[in-house]
Amino acid sequence: MTLQSNANKNPKSSSRRKFLIRGSIGTIGVLALGTYVFRNPLRRTVLEMAETLVPPYSGSGTEANLWFEITNENSIILHSPKVEMGQGTFTGLAQIVADEMEVNMNQVMVKAAATDTGIVDGMSTGGSLSIAQLFQPLREMAATMRLMIHQEAAGLLGVAVEAVSISNGVFSGGGKNLTYAEVASKIKEWKLPETPELKPISSYKYVGKPVKRIDQLAKIKGEPVFGMDASLPNMLHATVIRPEHVGATLKSVDTTNAISMPGVVKIIEQEGWVGIIANSFPEALAAKRKVKVEWEKSKEWTEEGIRDLLKVGNGNKMITQKEGATIDSDDPNATIYEFTSPIGAHAQMEPNGAVASVKDGKATVILSTQVIGITQKQVAEALGLEPENVNIICTYLGGGFGRRLNTSHAVQAAIMSREVGRPVKYFFTRKEEFQNDTFRPPTHHIMKGRLTENGSLEHLEHHYASGDVAINSVLMPAAMHSVLGTDVGAMRGGNIMYNAIPNYRAVQWHTTLPFATSWWRSLGLLANTFAIESFIDEMSIKAERNPVEFRLEMLSNDEKGERIKNVIQKAVAMTDFHSDVSNNRAMGLAASIDAGSPCAHVVEVSVTDQKIKVEKVTCVLDCGFAVNPDQVKAQCEGSIIMGISAVLHEKMTLKDGRLYPIIYGAYDMALMKDAPKEIDVHLIQGVDIPLPVGEPPLGPIGAAIGNAVRRITGKRLTDLPLKL
Amino acid sequence: MKISFIINGKNETLEVDGNTPLLWAIRDVLDLKGTKFGCGKAACGACTIHVDGQQVRSCSYPVKYAEGKKITTIEGLSNGSELHAVQQAWEEFVVPQCGYCQPGFIMSTAALLKQIPNPTDEDIDNAIINVCRCGTYYRMRKAIHRAAEIQAEFISSSSVNADK
Ligand code: FES
Ligand code: FES
Repeated sequence: MTLQSNANKNPKSSSRRKFLIRGSIGTIGVLALGTYVFRNPLRRTVLEMAETLVPPYSGSGTEANLWFEITNENSIILHSPKVEMGQGTFTGLAQIVADEMEVNMNQVMVKAAATDTGIVDGMSTGGSLSIAQLFQPLREMAATMRLMIHQEAAGLLGVAVEAVSISNGVFSGGGKNLTYAEVASKIKEWKLPETPELKPISSYKYVGKPVKRIDQLAKIKGEPVFGMDASLPNMLHATVIRPEHVGATLKSVDTTNAISMPGVVKIIEQEGWVGIIANSFPEALAAKRKVKVEWEKSKEWTEEGIRDLLKVGNGNKMITQKEGATIDSDDPNATIYEFTSPIGAHAQMEPNGAVASVKDGKATVILSTQVIGITQKQVAEALGLEPENVNIICTYLGGGFGRRLNTSHAVQAAIMSREVGRPVKYFFTRKEEFQNDTFRPPTHHIMKGRLTENGSLEHLEHHYASGDVAINSVLMPAAMHSVLGTDVGAMRGGNIMYNAIPNYRAVQWHTTLPFATSWWRSLGLLANTFAIESFIDEMSIKAERNPVEFRLEMLSNDEKGERIKNVIQKAVAMTDFHSDVSNNRAMGLAASIDAGSPCAHVVEVSVTDQKIKVEKVTCVLDCGFAVNPDQVKAQCEGSIIMGISAVLHEKMTLKDGRLYPIIYGAYDMALMKDAPKEIDVHLIQGVDIPLPVGEPPLGPIGAAIGNAVRRITGKRLTDLPLKL
Repeated sequence: MKISFIINGKNETLEVDGNTPLLWAIRDVLDLKGTKFGCGKAACGACTIHVDGQQVRSCSYPVKYAEGKKITTIEGLSNGSELHAVQQAWEEFVVPQCGYCQPGFIMSTAALLKQIPNPTDEDIDNAIINVCRCGTYYRMRKAIHRAAEIQAEFISSSSVNADK
């Protein structure tokens, strides 16, 4: 079969989407051009989108893209433009393919598309968007693919299209059967049909059901290949020297003692880093200790220095929400609280790294990344190659959480491989992970409010300062910042959702810090909701009001307001929520809406010997249509536990100009003993399309815990991590 | 130096520096990649394996101490195609998310159940101190209790068979 395009024969369809078909012996592929291209949005749209909508899928619209492959064994391989980092996306996508193509779940395999085998997302895998963005386009493409093969099958079987039935990937008609693979191998010229009507969701066998993860058996057996497990023949191992001090730059390097160490192949000096390449990783590491490096330190950064930089009133100011009047700064009836959150580390279990092979003007890089397309561009640029000569292969990710939106190490690995003319594998040590993370930025919040005489909020203001989240990220070109003026990542959860209050506003202060800060699961949501929902709770206490009614009356009657009310009321009903304390145990409530998914938590907290323990979490999430309810629940459980870890345990600090701690344990994280024994997740499907699920449940967790602690101890805790 | 041990039932002899952490011998010399590197400092448990039935953090265990010992990694935990009780329970509760920490947790749990066949929540809290960033602890705890049940069923059924 040769490469051919049917697009021109089908003008109506080609205006929407162009299909190309490619084949080789035994396999065929449908190459589709997505129409779901990010349109250049106006500032207002972006700002709205930043907190409410699912941006359309942003796959490249200029090249032919491979989505499906049919194997001789009659399996369908989906080359997914989104990667699997634990969120269960591959399973959700497989469910969609199985249902629309009428095959069994076990006939579908999902692989992350590599840049030379398929379409990779032009932006990223992140923002909890994979299923939300791909649900509709993937259904359409799978259905079109099925119909195309169905029509061909009818021809081959010599019966009318209507007389052919399909089940489990086998077409039957006229007393004969043909598999997908058999039809595909006989097709000479593909005829692209119009996209057929999609099946009603209610008729799906897999979509909407708690299907088991397709990757779990392999993961239980330790089989999947992560970036750290990749290897290439004749590969060397490397390690890199990078600064420990914040803001330090490389001044001089002395490799005399290191170069003669056993196993060392080459040591290279580059701008800002040194690469040590050896026969094995332990040898590279041993040699690294012998390299003498002098650093230029312009300044010794301290905790206080960072806090001085990062506070409300400092940096770039942007009003992100404004309704009614402001509170006078000297208003005697105003209540004002300050909140802070610390620097947070990603601490994903698989360290960052890459296996690279650069030879004869071509590069291959294997790694765990959330930004395959961007990594390709960066490597190509650094090596002076055309992007099509750089192939990026993404493995399973040992956690993402936003850390793998920055993959500058791919470039370093490629340079080292070019220098030694052999494949090179290199990855971060855990100390390097902690000291050179792209951290969750610290934040500072000032909440202001004023009650009416009847105890309702008439004024509410959220002023918040944050380091970079979206700004300075590869995902946000610099031009976007001047258009937006605000950091849309730091803004997540920063606006007030209580739109029935007559006067409210949100004001962002943005500062770029001397160390890299960036995306961390849920972005600004965790800290912003902590501040807002703690303050709301405090105001309800001040007003001597029931915290549930107090909240409900401030929510508007539009669709968004009703959906938020709904999750709150459901969580309250499920738990018989009350404000009583018994045996140093009490409940706390908080809610938020993130990317269109409202979430409410009621937590039960105990305090023993000044130690805060979360005993039970009841979570109600309106996630729209749940493609896989069990995996949505898994995402809620994971978000809740990661949230508890951030809220009660985690904190990076500056000491001697360096970021600490540098190891698990010292970087205190929630372990088995800290995870609640009961997590009760209830899903509401308030709209009929899938909405983001992997981050929204991180919103309310901090305030819900703080609000419970307030009931037990009478103390309002205002700084994360919460300590008594 | 030359080091010999039995790993997953197979005799292996390696020529390595005796101070090399066992983890790297397993991963890079024997190419068994199921045992993971997370920290290299015995702080996360991703590299947990069994040495003579005891759980060991292989990143901090010099390979020379493995001389003559019996090592089991995640690849050797199941009995042929039959999954180990812990793996069966893990599958039942759909525990893994990213999966990177999971071999370490599964090996730790298997070792725990050998020592304490029916662990209480407190036993679990004390013994299972690995790190999972995806936060799968909630399902893991349920799966650990379930694994204890599966193991007990297996033991009682095999003793019934033995009686016959
Ligand atoms: S890698 Fe061995 S304990 Fe972390
Ligand atoms: S499943 Fe991802 S770290 Fe545990």
